[in-house]
Amino acid sequence: MKKLVRVLGVLVVLGIIALLAFIFVPVQRTGPATQLAADFKPAKGQGEYVMRAGDCLACHTNEGGKPFAGGRAIQSPMGAIWTTNITPDKETGIGNWSLDDFRAALYDGVTPNGTHLYPAMPYENYRKMSEEDIVALYDYFMNEVEPVSNKVEETKLAFPFNLRFGLRAWNWLAANYEPGFKPTQGQDEQFNRGKYLVEGAGHCAACHSPRNLFMAQDGIDDTSKAFLTGGEIDGYTAPDLRGPESGPQKWTTEQTAAYLATARNAHSTATGEMMLVVRDSLQYLTKEDNMAIAAYLKKIGTGGEKAATAPAEPVVTETEKMLTEAKADMPLGPRLYLDNCGGCHLVNGKGAAEIFPELDDNSLVTAKSPKGLISVILHGAELPSTADRPMKVRMQGYDNRLSDEEVAALATFLREGWTNKAPAVSAADVKAIRDLPKH
Amino acid sequence: MARTEKKKDVVIVGLGWTGSILGMELAQDGLEIVALERGHDQNTVPNFQYPNMIDELKYGVRLGMMQKPHNSTVTIRRDVNETALPYRSLGSFLPGIGVGGAGTHWNGLNWRPQLSEYRLRSHVEERWGAGIIPEDMHLQDYPVTYDELEPFFDRFEHVAGISGMAGNVKGKIIEGGNPFEAPRSREYPMPAMPTTWDGAKFAEAAKAAGCHPFPSPGGIASQAYVNEYGMQMGPCNHCGFCERYGCYNYSKSSPQTAILDALKRKPNFEYRTEADVLRVEMAADGKTATGVTYYDYKTGEEVFQPADLVILAAYQLHNVHLMLLSGIGKPYDPATGEGTTGRSYAYQMNGGYTLFFKDEHFNPFIGTGANGMSIDDFGMDNIDFGREGFIGGAYWRSGQTNGQPIRSMSLPKGSPSWGAGWKEAVGEWYGHSMSIGSHGSHMSYRGNFLDLDPTYKDPLGRPLMRMTFNWNPNDIRMTQFMKSKMEPIAQSMNPTSMQEGFKKEGAMYDVRPYQTTHNVGGSVMGADPKTSAVNRYLQAWDKHNIFVLGAGAFPQNTQYNPTGMVGGLAYWAAHAIRTDYLRNPRPLV
Repeated sequence: MKKLVRVLGVLVVLGIIALLAFIFVPVQRTGPATQLAADFKPAKGQGEYVMRAGDCLACHTNEGGKPFAGGRAIQSPMGAIWTTNITPDKETGIGNWSLDDFRAALYDGVTPNGTHLYPAMPYENYRKMSEEDIVALYDYFMNEVEPVSNKVEETKLAFPFNLRFGLRAWNWLAANYEPGFKPTQGQDEQFNRGKYLVEGAGHCAACHSPRNLFMAQDGIDDTSKAFLTGGEIDGYTAPDLRGPESGPQKWTTEQTAAYLATARNAHSTATGEMMLVVRDSLQYLTKEDNMAIAAYLKKIGTGGEKAATAPAEPVVTETEKMLTEAKADMPLGPRLYLDNCGGCHLVNGKGAAEIFPELDDNSLVTAKSPKGLISVILHGAELPSTADRPMKVRMQGYDNRLSDEEVAALATFLREGWTNKAPAVSAADVKAIRDLPKH
Repeated sequence: MARTEKKKDVVIVGLGWTGSILGMELAQDGLEIVALERGHDQNTVPNFQYPNMIDELKYGVRLGMMQKPHNSTVTIRRDVNETALPYRSLGSFLPGIGVGGAGTHWNGLNWRPQLSEYRLRSHVEERWGAGIIPEDMHLQDYPVTYDELEPFFDRFEHVAGISGMAGNVKGKIIEGGNPFEAPRSREYPMPAMPTTWDGAKFAEAAKAAGCHPFPSPGGIASQAYVNEYGMQMGPCNHCGFCERYGCYNYSKSSPQTAILDALKRKPNFEYRTEADVLRVEMAADGKTATGVTYYDYKTGEEVFQPADLVILAAYQLHNVHLMLLSGIGKPYDPATGEGTTGRSYAYQMNGGYTLFFKDEHFNPFIGTGANGMSIDDFGMDNIDFGREGFIGGAYWRSGQTNGQPIRSMSLPKGSPSWGAGWKEAVGEWYGHSMSIGSHGSHMSYRGNFLDLDPTYKDPLGRPLMRMTFNWNPNDIRMTQFMKSKMEPIAQSMNPTSMQEGFKKEGAMYDVRPYQTTHNVGGSVMGADPKTSAVNRYLQAWDKHNIFVLGAGAFPQNTQYNPTGMVGGLAYWAAHAIRTDYLRNPRPLV
């Protein structure tokens, strides 16, 4: 009995020691993935390019704020995570950080004092970045970004998520792989360039991969089945990129690349978060890099590689017939469509290339969460101005014209019209979104 | 009161079609540019958005997109013996206001003049001798040839996004297009729009009469379109809200759809709205401009904007007004015939038939501003001026532009114009009428001109510009000729009834009914500084760093809607500035 007590006592002490160690022993920081030559200097513009590819600006700049000075709230299920000041300001930014400190933030998600970053910072993905790009990015932030003194709000999540040391265990699950990029043997340079951008700096999986039980990305690279098969962000559906019906699979590589570079292509337009990604990040990539991303995505499709097929003879759907006949006793949904939407998106739901997106077979329309569709109907959407397509094509919102019931009827019609098959939307769904504070 | 802004390389007065074109072209040379727009800023959304824009009462009747006469207007008289009175209620012509200018509220009809029109005086003298030219007619050649302008027409049509069917590509006549058009270097950027039933019916009758119908060309998108600047249009849905409206559908060619978002990306370009230019300022030696002074409605102060190059790109009336206010060129004096600023103001001579068909349904709610079928068989190139006794020509078009309830209720003559009888007539005839229009040239005359009004001033203290204008027998004869040719073709369609609307001998200019916003001349381009205000590059003869764009340059009006020519000339002038003037600023002629 005494022995048992003693053993238990030892175990408790060991447990406490382990817990204390877990909390207080500094995390081992990951070193460079490759050793660069001592005289390595990033090419001119490389750092800024990596910043664009990584879209650092989008999160680390507040609405109306100075670039990279932080202070933007990233909404998470656990509460708001405030982004940090990553300008080289010595007091409030990262001006005192060494290259090793900087790399540790990108690879391990820890700051120089050992504090764990919340994985809203996608270090799960940035861990795949090459040492060259890390050095270039560090050089860019230290030498090209204006230091801005801006103390940002501290992130205070609810218990137990306020105990940041818990992230140490999370990291064992989520970001515990050999750092740096491993190209796929046997694939060409374009594939591997695309793979590098998608898996690494581009951190596409942060939105487009599902999350597992631990809220980690379910798949950070293409060895994982669930990688990029669709996720959710702030209640919006981030569409699947790999299934046979997904954009990158059914579009040509050129069309996908055009979507990335200009937020529009022959079929669709980017809205919501993806519009911001194009605006702040992808439009600045070279044509070759956007083509590489598109080609890579096509090759990792889960429906097998399909030869681009000639467009089939257009089939006149029942929906198109009904809209064309426009009988007086049409139900509310299609009637609202004719009165408000058909002028641009047309009775066949096919719209027009690069300007009026297709609503038939559109991932936003049929998304699991109707939040994106409802938001667009209520508040409209605007395409970003890009070098190749400078026009800020704007769809107006209908929040002052359509009631919750009407938006629900319209959205339900869209989700069931033509060849679409998605569940109905209720007026309560619409009201919930109408009541959200507008950005 | 006065403030001085930082000096710019270029100041552009007005941000409509020509201001946008010059801004875009000159920005590519890295020049620092500011455009000053007297009106408000406007974009497709929210300014033209559905359904707010398709409000006929607000925009069609109360002219929501037009300038307010209280702020800016002209005085008008018909001859020098009358006292001009302010044009207080817009009627005959409708100058727009705001970014995009008239380019936002036009119908979209886009043409290139016929070959004879660029050298009309030479054409007349060679074929019939100077003797057939009326003594008081200012008949002049353009100081530039069609061949020189062709690449710039082409450029404008491809920037603006014009739908149409070519009839003459490099001399090869194409069946179904306009065989009488000047040869074009390539097809229109977009295929022609489909026509409505009235146009099809007219085309059939015209063809039977030996004419050559073709789809009307216009800046209405027949499909999705991307231009050289990456700007975009979406296909038109034929809602019929073109003229007097901004297009909510991104389907009408305008500075907003063709240029502005691309221009706004240029870091060396900026524009200021509610900046009403009062005058162009001159250097002490009077040979160059030093910039412009404008009234800033936002701060209520006068602002001097220094610049090396001044581009007048406002509406024709405002360009000429600014020239008169600033001393650019010598004001025209009708008594002596001397002076060139304000000389040769001209307009358009239109007429037509309305046909009623008891048993036809035209569905007038389907339409576009450039809808329908046209013929050019009675264009200037095809008319024997000596035999017919006039100089001029017209193109004809049939194609409904809209079925709006307030203004688009054609009723047979004798129908009551209000009350129960009117309602009954509308019930009987709505959707059962169509029209054929004759859109004709208008020559310039000694007695039609623009100068400063001696009496009336605007709220900023500027004397109003005075328009002295009346119809002339030559153009009346032209339009009566069109009537005589149109009547049998209209008759051949066997309408239940038909009625004509052509001006007759003795007709006096009436400013009340809408006619057309094709005010031209007054800053005429020419080869001789005695009879023109600007040279062949639209450069002021007497002040080489001032260029005057727009339809003011037309020595006499063509038989077409002016925008194609205005756009072509803008690219022509921009090319001369970019390739020649900037290198060595001087008089280019």
